[in-house]
Amino acid sequence: MSDSDIPPTPDQPPTPDQPPTPDQPPVAQPPIDAPAPAQHSGLTDGQWHRLHPATPLLRGGIALIAILGIIINTLRERFVEMFVGGDGYADDPIDWILREGYVGYALGAIAVALLIFIAGFYLSWRMHTFRITNEVVEVRSGILFRTNRRGRLDRIQGINIVRPFVARLFGAAKLEVNVAGQDANVQLAYLGSAQADELRRDILRLASGTKRAADQASAGANASANGTGSFIDQRVSELLSPELDPNLAPPESVVKMHTGRLLGSIVLNDTAVFLVLLIIASLIAAGTSGQPLLLLGLLPLIIGMGSVLIARFTKSLRYSIAGTPDGVRVGFGLFTTSNETLPPGRIHSIQISQPLLWRPFGWWEMKVNRASKSSTQGASGQQNTTILPVGSLDDVMRVLALMLPGVIREGALDQADEKVALEKVALDGGSLETDALETGALDDSSLETGALDTGALEAAGLLDAGVADVSAPAIDALLLLRNGLTSRGGDDGFVNSPRAAAPLRWFSWRRNGYAFGPSIVLLRKGAVWRELIVVPEPRVQSIALTQGPLERRLGLASLLLHTVAGPITAKLGAVERTRALEFFLTSSRTIVTAASSDTSHRWRSGEDPT
Amino acid sequence: MTDRLELPDTEWHRVSPKYIVVDVVGAIITGVILVAATSIPAWLTDIMWLWAIPAATALISLATIAFVPRRVRSIGYTLREDDLLFRRGLMFQRFVAVPYGRMQLVDINRGPLARALGLSELRFVTAAAATGVVIPGLADTDAEQLRDRLVELAESRRAGL
Repeated sequence: MSDSDIPPTPDQPPTPDQPPTPDQPPVAQPPIDAPAPAQHSGLTDGQWHRLHPATPLLRGGIALIAILGIIINTLRERFVEMFVGGDGYADDPIDWILREGYVGYALGAIAVALLIFIAGFYLSWRMHTFRITNEVVEVRSGILFRTNRRGRLDRIQGINIVRPFVARLFGAAKLEVNVAGQDANVQLAYLGSAQADELRRDILRLASGTKRAADQASAGANASANGTGSFIDQRVSELLSPELDPNLAPPESVVKMHTGRLLGSIVLNDTAVFLVLLIIASLIAAGTSGQPLLLLGLLPLIIGMGSVLIARFTKSLRYSIAGTPDGVRVGFGLFTTSNETLPPGRIHSIQISQPLLWRPFGWWEMKVNRASKSSTQGASGQQNTTILPVGSLDDVMRVLALMLPGVIREGALDQADEKVALEKVALDGGSLETDALETGALDDSSLETGALDTGALEAAGLLDAGVADVSAPAIDALLLLRNGLTSRGGDDGFVNSPRAAAPLRWFSWRRNGYAFGPSIVLLRKGAVWRELIVVPEPRVQSIALTQGPLERRLGLASLLLHTVAGPITAKLGAVERTRALEFFLTSSRTIVTAASSDTSHRWRSGEDPT
Repeated sequence: MTDRLELPDTEWHRVSPKYIVVDVVGAIITGVILVAATSIPAWLTDIMWLWAIPAATALISLATIAFVPRRVRSIGYTLREDDLLFRRGLMFQRFVAVPYGRMQLVDINRGPLARALGLSELRFVTAAAATGVVIPGLADTDAEQLRDRLVELAESRRAGL
């Protein structure tokens, strides 16, 4: 699909009183069906539409409140006098106006100012239009300085619905379409809350390239049923209800965020521990030097770091993640909520890591690299790339199953659990002598699943009987991922560093290695701070093989998988030289085939029209 | 155990030997500037041993310049069926494989000295900033041919992000 398929927009004069322009034909391309005529949200018909009428109020809301505050503050005395009585507050401007008889002029000036304000707001609302066609989403805005922004649907990296607290009270939401690139977002602020959900679904459906137009009528009926009830009821229910509209997503989040775990994970964070150590150190310093003023210097630091930690807590508190036909939906936030849908194939690499302090509890954190950088407040910072703030091993597996749908199939997880447990028994039974020596205090509880002394043969027998209907590769991938997280190294499907790497990887050389899953590459590192990086092969931009002088002496080399920029760098050092060469040669071929067979930019185009 | 990395069965296109001149001149200029800058403390204070710093800098610069020809010879590229292979580096060797379909744009740059010698630098840009494939020291016509060829190849193997 090239750009030339988009018909050139006729340069319309931005006349505000123009009806939804009839000279914009709905774009109908031969390869993709024209949008179904009876669309439920009615916003994706290729015509220009306007935003929620309260938009100027919400955008300029803070300014308005500030002006009101100033007025009330200056006239405070007068109000007091009006209600309580007492001696007058002489010689303020209002007295002067009354005395000189300028009341008419004053009222006139206020009226004119108000009119200009309202006209400006109204004009900016009229001029702010958007349209969604089969190919693009486009926004025009501005009164004097016009901007026109257009994003291609097949390059959508995610659709984010942000509901700032004030906007939530009004039942409005901000829809942000992220396309690849720095600050490349098309924002629709503000839309009705329900409208935003519908619009997102419709955009995703258009972007998916699906040939089906069937699944809309039912959703339409549901949503209109939602609209009944009084205005207040509706507002309250919207405010209290979870982010996921039950009609638009499976209601169940696959991960439940326990408050205790979240709190624990934040307290046991490196930053928090550093903060505590710093406080202790300065207490000691203040105590020994006898100058308690030293503590004052800490105050800004404590306030700053504390607020970061608190913000992280409130944001993660109502975390939810669920799978939809159009990608993973991740929700965050307590007062200001954000809720983003990531279509399939928009995750460029995944990092699952475990800080040392989290290990006794078996907690993990997941981050992702994405091609778009969201600029909005509600979705910025840590939350934008952290896909799972904290979770158990099971949670991690469930989130992975959502993010790598081709790798881990639905339903495979539960059945595989059984099999993995059995295989663990088989594995442990086989290498019992070596492992038993090393099973230390740091060992994960999951490694000890099942009785170790069950015979390996017996386990293997059960294995074949138990799970026949789940394909072998899916389970192998699961086992690989699990090994990548918790295994201590050895013969576990990963190609690990040789002993010669010990000078470079003191503790982790047994674990430091790579593995190929079904269209994913896994890089495993770190024995103390465990880390697993999963890179989907169709997303790899290029591969590098490097060797420095030290590595050359040890017969080692480093591997790099380049993906779009983000918090994760997929680099694996200290790999055996021949293994690294082998990796470079094979994966430079596989990434080409993976990319050419990848259809995730129109992720449902392969489906049969049923 | 000190084997260098080498890819089997790969014919490398090397860059023009004239590029050595460009690189040497560049290295000399940076060397002179560094030596001048590091000798400022010695000038100002008249402490004898401070002269060791510019002397060390000069030695390092000279060593770098001495290795320029070999380093330039280590730069190579080759067009395989589906991807571009690129290598460079002597001490720190680096091999990169970029599928053609990943190309976002191709840049051709010419510095003043390189232009005088009829050389160009070709930059192959993907969505990943780390890819960093920069082929210096190509003859002007070669660079343009290579660019057109790369664009053509990328067009026929277009992939998403």
